Amino acid sequence: MLQSRDVITFAWQALKGYRTRTILMLIAMSIGVASVLVLTSLGEGARRYVRGEFASLGTNLIIVIPGRSETSGAGLSNMMGVTPRDLTLADANALTRHPKVKQIAPLNIGGAEISWQNRKREVTVMGTSRELLSIRHWSLSRGKFLPDSDWERASPVCVIGKKIRDEIFSAHNALGQWVRIGDNRCRIIGILSSEGQSIGINVDEVVIIPVASAQALFNTPSLFRIFIEAKTRKSIPKVIQFSKDTIKARHQGEEDITVVTQDAVLATFDNILSVLTYALGGIAGISLAVAGILIMNVMLVAVSQRTAEIGLLKALGASHKGIIILILTEAMLLSAIGGIIGLAIGQLGAWGIRYAVPELPAYPPIWAAVLSFSVAIITGAIFCLLPARKASKLDPVLALAKR
Amino acid sequence: MIKLQKIHRNFQVGDQIVHALDDINLEIAQGEYVSVMGPSGSGKSTLLNLIGMLDHPSSGEYYLNDKNVTELGEVEEAQIRNKNIGFVFQAFHLVPRLSAAENIELPLMLAGIEPSIRDAKVSLALESLNLTERARHKPEQLSGGQRQRVAIARATITEPAVLLADEPTGNLDQKSGHDVMDILEALNQRGITLIMVTHDQSLGDRSARSIKMIDGRIESDNLNKIDHATVS
Repeated sequence: MLQSRDVITFAWQALKGYRTRTILMLIAMSIGVASVLVLTSLGEGARRYVRGEFASLGTNLIIVIPGRSETSGAGLSNMMGVTPRDLTLADANALTRHPKVKQIAPLNIGGAEISWQNRKREVTVMGTSRELLSIRHWSLSRGKFLPDSDWERASPVCVIGKKIRDEIFSAHNALGQWVRIGDNRCRIIGILSSEGQSIGINVDEVVIIPVASAQALFNTPSLFRIFIEAKTRKSIPKVIQFSKDTIKARHQGEEDITVVTQDAVLATFDNILSVLTYALGGIAGISLAVAGILIMNVMLVAVSQRTAEIGLLKALGASHKGIIILILTEAMLLSAIGGIIGLAIGQLGAWGIRYAVPELPAYPPIWAAVLSFSVAIITGAIFCLLPARKASKLDPVLALAKR
Repeated sequence: MIKLQKIHRNFQVGDQIVHALDDINLEIAQGEYVSVMGPSGSGKSTLLNLIGMLDHPSSGEYYLNDKNVTELGEVEEAQIRNKNIGFVFQAFHLVPRLSAAENIELPLMLAGIEPSIRDAKVSLALESLNLTERARHKPEQLSGGQRQRVAIARATITEPAVLLADEPTGNLDQKSGHDVMDILEALNQRGITLIMVTHDQSLGDRSARSIKMIDGRIESDNLNKIDHATVS
């Protein structure tokens, strides 16, 4: 029987002997593998990006929404839900009494006009407490956030978004200035740094005031949201149950709230983007199959070009099986080398994407690398069975008759 | 050692059946030197391919060393070709990308013999055919005579009992042709059975036994009185 080392040497010499053919097939195979890697890295990058964005919104976050809404999510469309009973500051206070609750921030929201000297602007006003800053992972570019005082106490202070500062105050120093919000006056004590969109609210365009001030401003005791940060990820279900039970007890036995976790929303996105990654991988997989067919064609041509050689090998004592092994080894060696080059090109391509779009962590997932490499070798083998069988069945008399 | 009984070999060409071999009965003993002559299409190459087990008879029986090899499986046939039969072709049929030494090594590689044993055998063969200096050369760097010597070395590397040569000097000039014939005859004198197809009468006359074929039949089968000194 043939020794495997000899088979590989023989195949390697054949690949070296027909350089143009070998290079063309390597290009086809490596493009196939590389495209799988690059496309899946795009999908994976999108998934990681979204995950990262959600994490920046707040970790272990639980949101309590008034009303029994079936819709989970936190878009503005939800805020118009019919509310049988208002969520109040007392409700929010009650929710702090659980050992697994790290902190709580109530939120009241509404539109109002902000004016300073002769400049005016419609803004979104958020009434909340000091805790919101760390729950949402926001930061200040200047000044301080709301003072750490009783939620029930209104005070004439406010924190403004970056865009409002720029538009109302332009070159002036905004910190310490008194502005008018609706009918009330307040002093600017801090300016938020730019965070962009944060679940439907543009942080650059808000004005934040103490929750009690907002209740007075909008003349309503009801809250729009209660944000709860649980101490650990594992304690989230307990805190959710505690919140539901507490509110139910306080609302005459009616569970008239909806509790949404960041995790639920995140998991949905995660699923969508994982499916997207698989789909991209599948699309790229087609190019692998095309590469396989190309290799089959070229191997078929190679076999007919080398009829004399194959006839000779038979005359020298190669069996059908021996010929098949020699031809298949050649094809698989080719696929393997093409696969390795493809992996390298794919990694390079993913690096190129990360370099061009730094926000997108485009790393090809391990499964894509393993899968595309194995598929490359398997398609190489499967598509070369036909040429190899054709070679083994060649009539040595006819093959050797060619002069 | 070679015994053919009522061998027929038919080819279908269009709707006509061509009898390439028509009732061939032939016995060749170990160590004989046989030339097969005849015009083109007389079936001489078909006979040689059949003895070399590259082709199969349509009917009849072929005994090699008293063993009926007509009904052997493909794997056993390949083994017999590897160990018992050597081929030398008019067109040399060297693998162009392999060096002279690697070409000679091929039958041993196909038999799965250890590299160390192969190397020893190959260098011995190169030496005996005066090719040692050409061992690393590719076929395209060799002259016709050298290529045929490489082919002979390859055909004899497994020490077969039968050497089949199909027009071995057909692609060579006269000088190299003579060299190649000398080598083949020297091998025959050391005991190998040499069967050579040729249409060159002067080559045919050198052999101890010459068979003439016409239209797939053996026309004559004569023992020659030869005197090598006068012919060459």
